[in-house]
Amino acid sequence: MTEMLAQRDYYGKALKELAQRKDIVVLDADLAGSTKTLEFYKACPEGFIEVGIAEQNMIGIASGLAAEGKTVFASTFGVFASGRCWEQTRLGVAYPKMNVKIVATHCGISVGEDGASHQALEDISLMRSLPNMTVISPADAYMTYAATLAIAEYDGPVYMRLGRSPVPVISKEGDEFVIGKARVLSEGSDVTLFGTGQLTYGCMEAAEELKKEGISAEVVDVSTIKPLDAETVLKSVGKTGCAVTAEEHSIIGGLGSAIAELLSEELPVPLRRVGTKDIFGESGKPGELFVKYGLTSKDIAEAARGSVKKKR
Amino acid sequence: MLLAKNEAELKKIANKLRIDVIEMTSAAGSGHPGGSLSSADLMAVLYFSVMEHRPDEPDWDGRDRFVLSKGHVAPILYASLAESGYFPVEELLTLRKLNSRLQGHPVRGKLPGVEMSTGSLGQGLSMASGMAMAAKIDDKKHHVYCLLGDGELQSGMNWEAAMFAAHYGLDNLVAFVDRNSLQISGCTEDVVSIEPLADKWRAFGWRVKTINGHNIKQILAACAWAKKAKDKPSVIILNTIKGSGVSFMENNADFHGKSCNPEETECAERELEEAMVKCR
Repeated sequence: MTEMLAQRDYYGKALKELAQRKDIVVLDADLAGSTKTLEFYKACPEGFIEVGIAEQNMIGIASGLAAEGKTVFASTFGVFASGRCWEQTRLGVAYPKMNVKIVATHCGISVGEDGASHQALEDISLMRSLPNMTVISPADAYMTYAATLAIAEYDGPVYMRLGRSPVPVISKEGDEFVIGKARVLSEGSDVTLFGTGQLTYGCMEAAEELKKEGISAEVVDVSTIKPLDAETVLKSVGKTGCAVTAEEHSIIGGLGSAIAELLSEELPVPLRRVGTKDIFGESGKPGELFVKYGLTSKDIAEAARGSVKKKR
Repeated sequence: MLLAKNEAELKKIANKLRIDVIEMTSAAGSGHPGGSLSSADLMAVLYFSVMEHRPDEPDWDGRDRFVLSKGHVAPILYASLAESGYFPVEELLTLRKLNSRLQGHPVRGKLPGVEMSTGSLGQGLSMASGMAMAAKIDDKKHHVYCLLGDGELQSGMNWEAAMFAAHYGLDNLVAFVDRNSLQISGCTEDVVSIEPLADKWRAFGWRVKTINGHNIKQILAACAWAKKAKDKPSVIILNTIKGSGVSFMENNADFHGKSCNPEETECAERELEEAMVKCR
């Protein structure tokens, strides 16, 4: 049985670790318990600022703090972090390249029972379109911990996307996170499965299934969606000749789009995108929703078969 | 930098800034002269008397910060910066042109003295509050000044910031409202009323003062009053005339976002130059 850990718990742990850094300020919009920024508050109350249910103001405050040399972490749920204050992020964070890290939790359909109003399935798309913005979606809890430390070292705007529910662990404690670097998790020769967030695990499961049918799938964890690691992507697809993308996000504007944009210009090959199909989610258990909205490892394997078939 | 010694000198500088605004917007063929002119007296007082700043050392840590929330009046900010010595006055004529540092709306990092990228209305007070909060965290003694338009107060984000600044007792934050009562579509009170404005700020926990925004003495006194704040942010509502200083532009919403034609430019400059002579 694969170990399951929540990314947001490890975001909280990393923030606690960062509490010793005097330049760090953490902003909360009345969700510290849920986003786990509360862990930072416990360790460093003087560096924690409660903004209340006012996400637009939170980003404006973040911009002002960063202008004065602070390294700012601002957290709330993905729908609010990416949508509610998108234009504030555009003007006050992305445009002047402020050192602000917008770390969104409760992203994707695995938010579950709260329903579509709270399931961010467009956030990667929104954030990826902003110049100067780095977009990160770690694969699991340990990578979230490492990514949090990595973005704290990086000087510039970052959007990091995390889920609510525990997700399968695919890395080891202590593994390093390198911004802008995709990781080849297993090598293959027939098709490349590009995953981001917890669907990287789905890609690994799909690869196992495909192996039984004699299809050799390479699995690549694309945790930095922007800037995209074009070199790794092209090298892998150059070898396999076809690809699948998998994300807990709309197929419009996310990882699938990013890979499609690159491949269509540099190396046109058959591609299938696994993600929500331009549709809102609904209430339900995460597992049920994954089945209904086509995000399981079976869906990834099916997409891979389609991609391979198209190649021949 | 040039520090004005008396009210007459400040009034003269304000009119010089107004001439710069007319010249630069006319040269650009676009821009927002109306609201720039209504803010001219305040900007002269801030940049030539009230604010601690070093034009030859723009990043000096002890400087007072200024955030132009009503970013469309960038011309008056650029004129204030140029006239106080941040960059050559001649550069003002590059406003809104390709490759210019003087963008249509202010951009942080592009031009010395510009603290924040603004221009999308309603956001400056939040940014200024963040800057004021940083000063509190680091126990720094400078002030953060923020100039708001009256029309932009229709945007809810201002009131989120107002609540925040009062909650955290940001007494190092001073907001100005350029109450010229006009916005693109007409009178603010006809578009969507923002009155009773002073009561609103008071209810949000701010110290409030309402003054004649073209009276140098009153602006100086109000700034001195604001600097005495303890545990509360201050707002100064400046009753002003949009297009102030140029007869045919005064109270004329047409000049919100339109520059003068050549005849109007000549006429405006003549009026302002005559007014400057009277300041002696």
